[in-house]
Amino acid sequence: MKYLDEFRNPELARRLFDEIYAITTRPWAIMEVCGGQTHSIIRNGIDQLLPPQIELIHGPGCPVCVTPLELIDKALAIAARPEVIFCSFGDMLRVPGSGKDLFRVKSEGGDVRIVYSPLDAVRLAQANPTREVVFFGIGFETTAPANAMAVYQARQLGLRNFSMLVSHVLVPPAIAAIMESPDNRVQAFLAAGHVCSVMGTWEYEPLVARYHAPIVVTGFEPLDVLEGIRRTVLQLERGEARLDNAYARAVRPEGNVPAQRMLADVFEVTDRSWRGIGVIPQSGWRLSARYRDFDAEVRFAVQDIHTQESALCHSGEVLRGLLKPNQCPAFGKECTPRTPLGATMVSSEGACAAYYQYGRFVQLTGSEP
Amino acid sequence: MSNAPDFSHWACPVPLRSYPTIVMGHGGGGKLSAELVEHLFAPAFRSAALDALGDAAVLELPAGRLAYSTDSFVVRPLFFPGGNIGALAINGTVNDLAMMGAQPCYLTVGMILEEGLPVAELGAIVEAMAAAAQTAGVEIVAGDTKVVDKGHGDGVYINTSGIGVIPADVQIAPNQARPGDVVIVSGEIGLHGIAILSVREGLEFGAPVASDCAPLNGLVAAMLAASRAIHVLRDPTRGGLAATLNEIAKASHVGIEYEERRLPVPEAVAAACDMLGMDPVHIANEGKLAAIVASDAADMVLEAMRRHPLGAQAAIIGRVVEQHPGVVVARTAIGGSRVVDMQVGEQLPRIC
Repeated sequence: MKYLDEFRNPELARRLFDEIYAITTRPWAIMEVCGGQTHSIIRNGIDQLLPPQIELIHGPGCPVCVTPLELIDKALAIAARPEVIFCSFGDMLRVPGSGKDLFRVKSEGGDVRIVYSPLDAVRLAQANPTREVVFFGIGFETTAPANAMAVYQARQLGLRNFSMLVSHVLVPPAIAAIMESPDNRVQAFLAAGHVCSVMGTWEYEPLVARYHAPIVVTGFEPLDVLEGIRRTVLQLERGEARLDNAYARAVRPEGNVPAQRMLADVFEVTDRSWRGIGVIPQSGWRLSARYRDFDAEVRFAVQDIHTQESALCHSGEVLRGLLKPNQCPAFGKECTPRTPLGATMVSSEGACAAYYQYGRFVQLTGSEP
Repeated sequence: MSNAPDFSHWACPVPLRSYPTIVMGHGGGGKLSAELVEHLFAPAFRSAALDALGDAAVLELPAGRLAYSTDSFVVRPLFFPGGNIGALAINGTVNDLAMMGAQPCYLTVGMILEEGLPVAELGAIVEAMAAAAQTAGVEIVAGDTKVVDKGHGDGVYINTSGIGVIPADVQIAPNQARPGDVVIVSGEIGLHGIAILSVREGLEFGAPVASDCAPLNGLVAAMLAASRAIHVLRDPTRGGLAATLNEIAKASHVGIEYEERRLPVPEAVAAACDMLGMDPVHIANEGKLAAIVASDAADMVLEAMRRHPLGAQAAIIGRVVEQHPGVVVARTAIGGSRVVDMQVGEQLPRIC
């Protein structure tokens, strides 16, 4: 992992901090879009070491957190069916639906399995021809190519017992929704590096122009995040708004073109409901007409879903950057990672879980750099 | 590395050959049970107490305080790089006794076998137990075997209990950490958990990772010979180093701070954790210990550890503080700090 150590070098980090201090003269509110960046910021303690004028607002880029409650309830209903093997990435299992989570369904006899790749679910379908294998296909543009590939392969293999419960979401419409909300405070964005490695950077040019907000494509290691912040502050201080790529080692302007072709074949753009935020037009993907047979929502017509969100949970305001997790009255009290009221307390990319896990509920001593 | 265990070296004793797999009768208390004991367990464990075939072992123990512990082992798969459930079951209880400063003496073994388990697999497991017991210098003095219907177990479950003797002037307990003490880990962390994960999920992380499964009583004896100012010993198994340090901080009402860059983390473990969104301090170990030692004895203890093969990469990683009692704080590589809490349940791989 030598190539990663280089991006965690304390000396270089110190130099970047010094530069950020030197150029910062006014308060700025910057949103890191991606949950992976939130995780890195909190895990490395970056937010504590920045100039006090710089506020990092944690964006809605945790796929687990924004998956709508109704879809999680559908997942719970499908997973409970005796003929189904329900496959999911690990951190979806503890996300609360209306009353229970996938771990509960598993303990009650549901065949729920953690997989590391959607292609593992395709292999399970091949190995279990008498069972229905359902994969919970969630995530942003980053996880979408592998999910698209799984559906594509299932079709090539003629698998009739494989389907996908899809809730893909897209970053650019979310940025637009945040900028257009009346209570918005965000002045610039760190765009999600891995999303851009798939989709390229061209989608962000119109957003920069329309909202006159700097957007800097940023990676995930400490030095990547610091460089993204430095370039963002530089633009803000100069009154500029440009699209900048601070993650050029992984992101090309055109993105991954073969992956985009696969996505365009398997998915089509649709309105999507974001948990805690509401419906954002044209903000997600569903399976395209060619692949509708593999849509688990079509195959298992789940009826009678009555969703019920916790009345105490403020995760919507957290996801829109209006509330810090530890400003929520339930934080650390009714709501902990052991008893999560909302999805933001579940995934390690969720802002509430990151705050809780890395101790934003205790006063630290000796935390000077 | 091939993950398939190899049983070709194991020759089945004659009377057991008529049944290549475990049948219900092997736990029934009749002739089949007796054959298993006579031809498999007794020859492997070679214990006078066991050979007496009484209802209980009769033991001589020196005067003084005893440490007494029990643990059950349900690992899947049964065989993994660096060990198997048998070695794990012996070393697990040996290490629990050693963490009280005790010299482990006697172990008992309870086995729950699933109908259909190949006798060759059981043989390999029992041989590994015998070898681990010999390495640790403990005697297996009593045992029991039951068989459950096929589908009602994962091949083998093993319980071991053990007794050890604590030297008179040793006072090691989780509540003995004092502000000013230093925190030492005995070597590279995260190996067992990643080894199990790699075979269970068929994941590969560049270099193959083998479990660190090993008996720690020899290392502890070497440490105690160097100094008696060892206040706490724990082996960071499930929950990893993070759980261990949190337990010590809570039991002793102290804070613990450590430097992330001082943690001995093997490259393959770091790579696996980066890929899966896990943290090495939450990953299980089976042959490592964390020691809380008075600061003026730390160098002596560290020297003694580094001279022992199981402590060659021992390192001082942090210290015990008065502030934030019950809370463990890590200093990050870039100079930030974060609280290191226990995991809620199993560590779950992240989506991206």
